[in-house]
Amino acid sequence: MSMSPLNADDTKGAGSALGQFINAAGEAVRGMPAFAQDASALVPLYRAMVFVRAFDEKAVALQRTGRLGTYASSLGQEAVGIGLASAMQADDVLLPSFREQGAMLWRGVTPVELLLYWGGDERGSNFHGPRRDFPISIPVASHLPHAVGVALAMKMRGERRAAVAVTGDGGTSKGDFYEAINVAGVWGVPAVFVVNNNQWAISVPRSRQTAAQTLAQKAGAAGIPGEQVDGNDVVAMRDATERALARARAGDGPSLIEAVTYRLSDHTTADDAHRYRSDAEVSARWKEEPIARLRNYLVNSKSWSKVEEEALHEDNAKRINEAVDEYLATAAEPMAAIFDHTFATLPADLASQQAAAERLAGASRG
Amino acid sequence: MAEATLVEAVNLALARAMAEDERVVVLGEDVGADGGVFRATVGLLERFGPERVRDTPLSETVIAGLSIGLAAEGFRPVAEIQFSGFVYPCIDQLVNHASRLRTRTRGRLSCPMVLRTPSGGGIHAPEHHSESMEAMLAHVPGLRVVFPSSPRRAYGLLLSAIRDPDPVVIMEPTRAYRALKEEVADDGAGLPLDRCFVLREGSDVTLVTWGAMVRETLAAADVLAAEGVSADVIDVATLKPLDEAAIIASVTKTGRAVIIHEAPLTGGFGGEIAARIAEKALTSLVAPIRRVAGYDTVMPLPRLERHYMPSEARILEAVHHVMAYS
Repeated sequence: MSMSPLNADDTKGAGSALGQFINAAGEAVRGMPAFAQDASALVPLYRAMVFVRAFDEKAVALQRTGRLGTYASSLGQEAVGIGLASAMQADDVLLPSFREQGAMLWRGVTPVELLLYWGGDERGSNFHGPRRDFPISIPVASHLPHAVGVALAMKMRGERRAAVAVTGDGGTSKGDFYEAINVAGVWGVPAVFVVNNNQWAISVPRSRQTAAQTLAQKAGAAGIPGEQVDGNDVVAMRDATERALARARAGDGPSLIEAVTYRLSDHTTADDAHRYRSDAEVSARWKEEPIARLRNYLVNSKSWSKVEEEALHEDNAKRINEAVDEYLATAAEPMAAIFDHTFATLPADLASQQAAAERLAGASRG
Repeated sequence: MAEATLVEAVNLALARAMAEDERVVVLGEDVGADGGVFRATVGLLERFGPERVRDTPLSETVIAGLSIGLAAEGFRPVAEIQFSGFVYPCIDQLVNHASRLRTRTRGRLSCPMVLRTPSGGGIHAPEHHSESMEAMLAHVPGLRVVFPSSPRRAYGLLLSAIRDPDPVVIMEPTRAYRALKEEVADDGAGLPLDRCFVLREGSDVTLVTWGAMVRETLAAADVLAAEGVSADVIDVATLKPLDEAAIIASVTKTGRAVIIHEAPLTGGFGGEIAARIAEKALTSLVAPIRRVAGYDTVMPLPRLERHYMPSEARILEAVHHVMAYS
């Protein structure tokens, strides 16, 4: 039984407190939580993680061939999104940053919607599934205060719902992060703040982001529980999120979860990580990635087979290709759409700008 | 009907809105037991309780940001930023989130929040307490910017802002908070947003202004009347979206325009109004457009602030200049 070889920065001060159930070799390192007592119950999580990886791969390929805009892959971090989202209720609210496609897909955002968004179409954030979930926040951590407001609304109405907001390791350096967890603690709102610590904020490593030993310990300053979990272990991610959500629903207030993982991809398709980190570092981190370890665990517990693996890849390719076809076949909205949703009702001043734009568009068509 | 100052009218409107709609929540620094540093929220805690009248930690980013979350989840937050210079940390939230939540979700989520802030100088306040940043905010697509100038308009415009389905910033002129009293009917009637108010009708010159400068402008109009110059006085009230038609109609009639605001000249909202007049009413003008504004200086501390804010004399000088053309 061995802990995964996380680097010193990650675990300094946390030691064996790092939450983990399945190690990098795919071995159970302690008794499984209730939801994972039966290994086959983890199959849907595995399938979802494999789907996310295939989706990311396709999205990057689309960008490389000029059919999608800048895209942020979640390669290597699939357990974070699937773990946290699988712990949530449908009527909870997710407030994602730009690398949470795993969580979004699990909650019912469609692959077509994600492609539309990254392909430059606002309709991609008009989710047909989770209607209350927030759109992707591109600005870092400035959406965390929104989670406090959402959670406060739930608390004031006496609902057993919760808000789950996700940011990266770089996000914890922002005032927005501290201000949000601080007020969340004061008011005891049902919010869970998840830090996807993938070790890199574009080119700045975790060690140069903060002198704090862990990101989880920042919760201490806000007087809320903070926990560091192995973000490459979907069981640990889901377990930690379930416990945090249970506290939130019981009226015991917010929590912070630091998911320790690694960004195996470039920051986005606009980035080249070779400029600032070594291949050797990345290769070492591939040994800890979340999908292989879960597959090993499932295969060893006779819950997954090679035949199922092949069928899954085939099925994923088919689903993704269908989504890509639908995305590529979706015509852009009419120009009026840029005016239509600026306000609930188009003000006269904006209506005259729209009319002028329509006249010009009409003239150029004629 | 009772008389009320502008700040008392704000308080009446807040209480009315909270009584008629339980989704309305007031939040900010010291809005509870203290009743707000200007006393705009006095009595609300006692009447509506700490759930709906909520003292926040000292964090402007969170005040704006959590209002967005509350609004998206169906509440009607009315946030108070204590002094105008402390609005700047909120600008990220207003620009990057509040003003675009509706459009980026294609109407799935919206942000019916109000952010109130005192604005402007003239009350001998410390540094950073006397700012006028309405032009910065008016530049933000998707944001309404409202600047009431009298107790009745403060009451009616605030009620309409709270009922509006989109984010509204209300800038309240601090030196007008207690400068005058007028009859305010606490009848729950809102006043229209996105509309100018013509306060005085004349035929020789159009004076366009808002906020605290309405008072000096009306005083100047009185002096001008005695001189035989009759002025249209327009209180813009909602800067964004602008009621261009009302301004163009007036200038088309008078042929002269003087725009008065307290904020610095360069990039001030007077430039926008001057441009609209130039675009739509140039051929009606008989004189150049003049702007009377704060200087492009840092807002002075109290000993010199009277030199900064446009005075009645500066307004008169500008009007005399445009009246020299015929």
